[in-house]
Amino acid sequence: MGKIENENIEIELLLEAIYQKYGYDFRKYSRASIKRRILHRLAKTDLDSVSEMQHRLLYDVEFFDKLLLDLSVNVTEMFRDPNFYLDVRKEVFPVLKTYPYLKIWHAGCATGEEVYSLAIMLREEGLYDRALIYATDFNEVVLKKAKQGIIPLNEIQKYTANYQKAGGKESFADYYTAKYNSALIDQSLKKNIVFSDHNLATDGVFGEMNLIFCRNVLIYFKKELQNRVIGLFRESLCNLGFLCLGSKESLMFSEYEKNFEPTVKETKIFRKIS
Amino acid sequence: MRKFDCKAIVIGVSAGGMLALRKIIPVLSADFPAPVIIVQHMHPYSDNFMIHDLDRKSTLNVRQAEEKENISAGNVYIAPSNYHLLVEQDKTFSLSVCERLNFSRPSIDILFETASEVYQDKLLGIVLTGANKDGSEGAKIIKQRGGKIIVQDPKTAESKVMPQSAIANTNPDHILPLTDIGDFLNKYINKRNK
Ligand SMILES: C[S@@+](CC[C@H](N)C(=O)[O-])C[C@H]1O[C@@H](n2cnc3c(N)ncnc32)[C@H](O)[C@@H]1O
Repeated sequence: MGKIENENIEIELLLEAIYQKYGYDFRKYSRASIKRRILHRLAKTDLDSVSEMQHRLLYDVEFFDKLLLDLSVNVTEMFRDPNFYLDVRKEVFPVLKTYPYLKIWHAGCATGEEVYSLAIMLREEGLYDRALIYATDFNEVVLKKAKQGIIPLNEIQKYTANYQKAGGKESFADYYTAKYNSALIDQSLKKNIVFSDHNLATDGVFGEMNLIFCRNVLIYFKKELQNRVIGLFRESLCNLGFLCLGSKESLMFSEYEKNFEPTVKETKIFRKIS
Repeated sequence: MRKFDCKAIVIGVSAGGMLALRKIIPVLSADFPAPVIIVQHMHPYSDNFMIHDLDRKSTLNVRQAEEKENISAGNVYIAPSNYHLLVEQDKTFSLSVCERLNFSRPSIDILFETASEVYQDKLLGIVLTGANKDGSEGAKIIKQRGGKIIVQDPKTAESKVMPQSAIANTNPDHILPLTDIGDFLNKYINKRNK
């Protein structure tokens, strides 16, 4: 058996050790990405193998915290896939407007760019005040950043373009104030947002949602874990609630596909029908 | 010519990629024995024009790679724009939106590296025209694991940086003019079930 096969065994054991010691379950994540990130962390240490790294992880919490950050890919942007947001405005909001109050869940919200994007649209459509927004992630470091609502100034140009393509009605500059190298999001957008820690691999249901966003999170999960999470969303949605996935994600690998109908196929907007 | 027992081909291409791929993919025979997986750097929001165009011109089935899809011969898979494309041990694809590598997402290096974990010495990597150095690290890893590397002759490349960098970084098995690559592959790769 060669080096690669041995390494794969070591990775398997490392993930098991993380689960038993810290409760974070990466065992059912797509392995190629996890392995790359573990090996990159390894290369930055003086350790010689994944097995040595496992030993270090068990005894050094700070080292684990670093690896945890590596293992959760937190790259995000405001109005990512503007066409998707345009479809939410056109196809989802008219339905939401018929409800007196709304519960919305962003699962895997990273540093919050997606949450603030939707909040801006809700405000522009007169829906913000009746909405309660739950923004969750299992990574406490990014959640903290999300709460602050700070975005790097060098992204503003791109976000402004995205906002316009997403059907933005105002000037994007109205939603932030520039400070040094960053921009502070309009703090009044936070009023109805609750940020909290939630792990999709191990935690339970969030009740009676009208709309769930879970974008670019499922791509990191194996089929089995995708199935669990989609089951969780199905249970958390109220009847006819909407589920929005990332543009390359689908319900195909879950047993719940038939419980949803596509509202817009191309932009992965689904509705719970049973 | 010594044939290569190849289980998959990975191709990296950047600036000038669309024209280069048109000279290779349509030439591949209908019974071409290995799946072909391509990373082409594109504008983040570009449409599927290239895929449709190549598919129309080819006997092989050209399509966008989808997450969790089984990788099999008869297909040419193209990475979706704005996602990294990775190969899993069970010969399926996965996607990631993690950081750009060499300013690129999808990154050629990430495809090459993860594919070589799976196909090891049965992998053929091809580096074509391009204006940055993506693919060079990946090509080196493929060679280290016993796979083969073909690089487009920079003289025939619309943009020479990428093939030149791959040649400097590794010791390619073949350096070929663009228009020879398709025919070469038809002869170089062992046929199915033989
Ligand atoms: C690539 S980001 C996607 C951010 C945003 N939804 C978007 O599409 O731009 C993936 C996020 O999922 C989170 N994540 C990964 N595994 C998770 C889990 N088991 N439970 C909750 N969040 C998770 C990561 O921490 C990361 O912030």
